[in-house]
Amino acid sequence: MEYLSLFIKSIFVDNMIFAYFLGMCSYLAVSKNVKTANGLGIAVVLVLAITVPVNWLLNRFVLQPGALAWLGLKFAAVDLSFLSYILFIAVIAAMVQIVEMIVEKYSPSLYSSLGIFLPLIAVNCAILGGSLFMQQREFGNILEALVYALGSGVGWYLAIVTLAAIREKMAYSNVPAGLRGIGITFITVGLMGIAFMAFMGIAL
Amino acid sequence: MGKLKETILNPLFKNNPITVLVLGICSSLAVTVELKGALVMALSVTIVTGLSSLILSLLRKTIPNRVRIIVQLVVVALLVILVDQVLRSFEATYAIDKQLSVYMGLIITNCIVMGRIEAFALGNRPLPAILDGLANGLGYGLILLIVAFFRELLGSGTLFGIPVLKALGYQGNGLMILPPMALIILGCIIWIQRSIDKELQE
Repeated sequence: MEYLSLFIKSIFVDNMIFAYFLGMCSYLAVSKNVKTANGLGIAVVLVLAITVPVNWLLNRFVLQPGALAWLGLKFAAVDLSFLSYILFIAVIAAMVQIVEMIVEKYSPSLYSSLGIFLPLIAVNCAILGGSLFMQQREFGNILEALVYALGSGVGWYLAIVTLAAIREKMAYSNVPAGLRGIGITFITVGLMGIAFMAFMGIAL
Repeated sequence: MGKLKETILNPLFKNNPITVLVLGICSSLAVTVELKGALVMALSVTIVTGLSSLILSLLRKTIPNRVRIIVQLVVVALLVILVDQVLRSFEATYAIDKQLSVYMGLIITNCIVMGRIEAFALGNRPLPAILDGLANGLGYGLILLIVAFFRELLGSGTLFGIPVLKALGYQGNGLMILPPMALIILGCIIWIQRSIDKELQE
């Protein structure tokens, strides 16, 4: 039940786009049609679900103050948390590379639809943001981290697919010249964010 | 000389990284609730883009093409860690650093930093590279401060924590503090800029 609540909460209430603006660059650049938005969205869910648990392990057993206690008493006082940015980003870059290789080997059709997005994702704020929030919220076990990652990924997916659908329809409307393109997209995302705020305060 | 001037001025208005190139939106909106946080963020990003452009421009002939993304990430991550540690070590900035929370770390994946390295620093000499990096950081900071100005003034009636409208009995508009308004204000800034400069219209 606790996990379900965390899952729903990270999709709707703590939505990565509407509440934290994570992964905005690719969100705005790749949301012109539903098909490519779908591909990028799935890739983000996949990469988040892999990198957040791996970074949780890294944080728990290497980076946290006192995390190195399993090496012996001498290491119990070591605090390596200042290294977390660089190690997290290294894990993410490596994991993205591995996922890309695996997908290429076993599912060429998936690779041809996801392939171009995977390298982009290494520098997507949503992925690093997921790991940093995981560290900040101090999840108790790896399952919680995984549920959080899946929920955030699904929330991001939902946001990009709905925006792409709106933008496809908007191509037929008469937008003021200065707002055309990116301007109206910002305002649309803002209004979607206000709509998503309706989920605030939901307790399961 | 004219070219260097262009390198500095272009990113501020005509080629602004946020409103024209649409880069670095991720971190820029979340930190604009107050001017203080926005200012610290703007300065940090300016320092990181400037120095990372300089370092990678110096290294540009020695980095193999295939591994350049990793090298870029390592350099940028190191600079961000340094900036973060410096901010943490002073009492005045420690609270702001805490408030910026994960967005400080997210400078690493800020598209402006990577974008300027890829598009400019790797193909140019160190002097234009550092100027380009600094100017893009400033262009980013300019928009950040404009958004933060309106959000803090209308949201809580203060500027840099000093009561301005609040002193006149203004009740803060809570909506301005919430995330969606940052997007809408930015949309309006883009609208104004594109109405003035018709070349940018799509």
